[in-house]
Amino acid sequence: MGAKQTRSAQKYQDLTDKTGFSPEQIKNLHKRFQQLSDNEETISRENLEKIPALANNPIRKQIIDAFFDKRNQHQNEVGAFQEIGFEQFLMVMSHFRPPTLKTTEEEREAMRKEKLRFLFNMHDTDNDGTITLEEYRKVVEELLSKSGAIGLEAAKAIADAAMLEVASTNVPHMAPDDFYEGITFEHFEQILKGLEMESRMHIRFLDVDTMTMRCGKSKS
Amino acid sequence: MPSRTGSHSPAGFGKSLPERGLLLLMVLVFLEGSVLPLGAASSPDTSHQTNLGDHQGTHTGPNSTKKPFPVLAVEYDRVQIPFEISLWVLLASLMKLGFHLIPRLSSIVPESCLLIVVGLLVGGLIKLAGEEVPPVLDSRLFFLCLLPPIILDAGYFLPIRPFMENLGTILMFAVVGTLWNAFFIGGVLYGVAQIQPANPSDLHQLELLPCLLFGSIISAVDPVAVLAVFEEIHINELLHILVFGESLLNDAVTVVLYHLFEEYAGVGTVTLLDGVLGVISFFVVALGGVLVGAIYGILAAFTSRFTSHTRVIEPLFVFVYSYMAYLSAEIFHLSGIMALIACGAVMRPYVEANISHKSHTTIKYFLKMWSSVSETLIFIFLGVATVDGPHAWNWTFVTVTVILCLVARVIGVVGLTYVINKFRIVKLTTKDQFIIAYGGLRGAIAFSLGFLLNQDHFPMRKMFLTAIITVIFFTVFVQGMTIKPLVELLAVKKKQEAKRSINEEIHTQFLDHLLTGIEDICGHYGHHHWKDKLNRFNKKYVKKCLIAGERSKEPQLIAFYHKMEMKQAIELVESGGGVKLPSAMPSTVSMQNIQPKKPPPAKPVERVLPQLPKGREEEIRKILRSNLQRTRQRLRSYNRHTLVADPYEDGFSDLLIKKQRMVELEKKIKEMSNYLTVPAAPPDSPTMCRARLASGRDTDFKPAQQQKGNKKCSDPQAYSMKPVSDSVPTIQVDLASPQSPDSVNLLDEFRHAGQQQPEVEDQGLMMKPPSGPSGPNKPREADEARDQQKLMRCLSDPGPSADEDEDEPFLP
Repeated sequence: MGAKQTRSAQKYQDLTDKTGFSPEQIKNLHKRFQQLSDNEETISRENLEKIPALANNPIRKQIIDAFFDKRNQHQNEVGAFQEIGFEQFLMVMSHFRPPTLKTTEEEREAMRKEKLRFLFNMHDTDNDGTITLEEYRKVVEELLSKSGAIGLEAAKAIADAAMLEVASTNVPHMAPDDFYEGITFEHFEQILKGLEMESRMHIRFLDVDTMTMRCGKSKS
Repeated sequence: MPSRTGSHSPAGFGKSLPERGLLLLMVLVFLEGSVLPLGAASSPDTSHQTNLGDHQGTHTGPNSTKKPFPVLAVEYDRVQIPFEISLWVLLASLMKLGFHLIPRLSSIVPESCLLIVVGLLVGGLIKLAGEEVPPVLDSRLFFLCLLPPIILDAGYFLPIRPFMENLGTILMFAVVGTLWNAFFIGGVLYGVAQIQPANPSDLHQLELLPCLLFGSIISAVDPVAVLAVFEEIHINELLHILVFGESLLNDAVTVVLYHLFEEYAGVGTVTLLDGVLGVISFFVVALGGVLVGAIYGILAAFTSRFTSHTRVIEPLFVFVYSYMAYLSAEIFHLSGIMALIACGAVMRPYVEANISHKSHTTIKYFLKMWSSVSETLIFIFLGVATVDGPHAWNWTFVTVTVILCLVARVIGVVGLTYVINKFRIVKLTTKDQFIIAYGGLRGAIAFSLGFLLNQDHFPMRKMFLTAIITVIFFTVFVQGMTIKPLVELLAVKKKQEAKRSINEEIHTQFLDHLLTGIEDICGHYGHHHWKDKLNRFNKKYVKKCLIAGERSKEPQLIAFYHKMEMKQAIELVESGGGVKLPSAMPSTVSMQNIQPKKPPPAKPVERVLPQLPKGREEEIRKILRSNLQRTRQRLRSYNRHTLVADPYEDGFSDLLIKKQRMVELEKKIKEMSNYLTVPAAPPDSPTMCRARLASGRDTDFKPAQQQKGNKKCSDPQAYSMKPVSDSVPTIQVDLASPQSPDSVNLLDEFRHAGQQQPEVEDQGLMMKPPSGPSGPNKPREADEARDQQKLMRCLSDPGPSADEDEDEPFLP
């Protein structure tokens, strides 16, 4: 028993180093993980799809896909998992850590890049390094998928306008027969410069165990 | 001085006033800093005011004694009040105008400081002339007339997103911070007053309650002063909303403390029960104010649902409902400021969806105009009141107050941030704390509250007023003037001026959903989760009740897109109608450079469905037609809100002229065949989007439609509407449509692309619409082509093209 405890503590320590979460946060997330996976070692898509609160999310599919995307594991692998273990789960979650007061400028920059890369990978479904118009349309379509026919109709127009915007801001000088292939990561970074991803793309990971309370309305 | 003699003739003074104002401004321009010449120059301005009094005295004589019919009667009394008000407003506006003529000055000294100086001068001159200075900063005038426009402006244009995201911090600063400031300043002042009994002044007579009252008056950060200063330093959104939000929300605390201490200052003691009641009262005042505001806001939104036939009075509803909210809150001593903020913030999203674009512009301009005049007047009056006020200068009291204000603010901010940072995810850095502490400016609200004090209950009123004014001057002058260099010195992040792009909007939405999703997966409900719930509720119920027509169902992203589109359409019309021909041209042309690369990405889709049978062509066309119908309907309902597409309001002649210009523009563009030399377009010029859309539509809209088609093509409405669109063949293909040059050119591109395509089957269909305008129509299916061209036009640009549809019959 004691050995097991130390082993799990050791494991948590490893995970802390890898993902930057605090041990408490990892413990919390682990609890949630077990709850989602019905105490199995791994989670499958079905497990995530069953979360009731996700049902109303227009981009549910992309979110779930992101969890099973090997590109989000920092290991230069491509493809998709069928099932993910806790470590992979944590790695995906670690993209949503907030910056702290101690974060240096370079770390912030790296964080921003990492978060943007996560978003980029969500859009770039075929992993060819660019978000093509096709893919972008798909994103907007999904985004508006809950708003019925108007949404679908407008989605194309919006994606097209957005794509054109990217093209014209990033490659202002184009020969008449040039073709803008799609948004590269650099361009992606460029267009989302104003959003301050490093400070906005985060959620609050609880330090204390509130699974029992479940009413953690948190103001920031 | 000639102008001075001129002012003695009563008839002349009204006329020469503007000139005199201008003269004053000129002198201001040339002799910026030096006070003496300024005084000399502005003397005429006030001398006529003294003359006013003289005239009153003299003209009554002849009236009562002489018989002959007065050819020219002077009756100043009758118009005195409105006349003087107008004079003040005029003075304020001219001052504002004058300062902006001197760019160098206004970049160094904040406007508020200059205005106070002007006020001081005007007040001094009135006093020099031996006149009684009007009680300009009378509390009634201030709270009922001058303050509401500023607060409404702030509330209506409150950036809700950052405000809500930082609500906890703002409330903390506003409530706890203000309480701390009030009690610390009041308490220490009382202590200082006690330990110096040897002080020759009667400071030691000061009791604790008046001290606390004074502390509560002086501790509140003033929204007017903060706005005036912060608008000039362009600080980043977070800091701006923190300081500004605090200044708005601390009103409830101030109101409660003020009434509490004022009530009991006479009695002398405050029991614990009173304290508890005070706390309850705080919640009543704050929440009551918000509630009153929200009710009026919802009422306003609901009213605006039905104003589509009387557009002219739409803006009025916004103003009147807000003012009613303010007054209603004031009736019950609730926080009027919070009511106004809540009212403005609640009504805005719904009202904006309901009212016409023009009304929106009107509201915007009226609010800005009112608030800036109010602000100017407040600062001028502050100066005047300083000269006027009965002062009791007490070195100890004033110095201690100023120092305490600074110290309390710093301690309060640092202490609170320490606590807040434990909960905040985006922490406040030391720099942020410094700016927040330093930005705590005091202003006219404090003065007005001090002015309200009853001399009988508070024998120290004069001393209080003096101290308040000193603090205001200190914060506005010293802090206000140094904050800008400090911000630059500390390299505090500035606000990004760039306007929001469609990509950013998409990703803001995407991020919202993503974070909500991740929170749900994590299994705890953070604020993304609740925000999502609220949004859903809003969409499902509230919007339906408060927004008329289809727009209630419009998701935010689409609404944003429409707004953007409309803006571009307006820009286009303006650029077409204006003289800026060169600026319009590059955008039209550079579109060509971007355009050709668009079709390729669409091709994969077409290849997915290469087996599209010929027989389905007709079906697709039907779908397209029904789609066209739907789109047109949607656009028409949308058109009502645009500026350009309001032919009945705009007058046709205007539009026709614009169109004429478009034609000319178009010709010129056609003549210019070398696009390559033309510089690139601005990021999202309207034409590009239009071209983009046009091409996007006619190349790959079909496959997707086709999938839907089987289900939808039998829509009976679509069929019944179809004849309408067919029976309008009077559409002139070469109408002065602004995009026809584009389509002409992109057609060529298309044709090239088409020739390279193996799948001529699909392409054939797609090539048709473009070929319509490009020259002699292909004889077959001319109607189809026209139809589709119309579709293209409708789809591509709801602005100008849509209005063409509407006023076709009127074309010769």
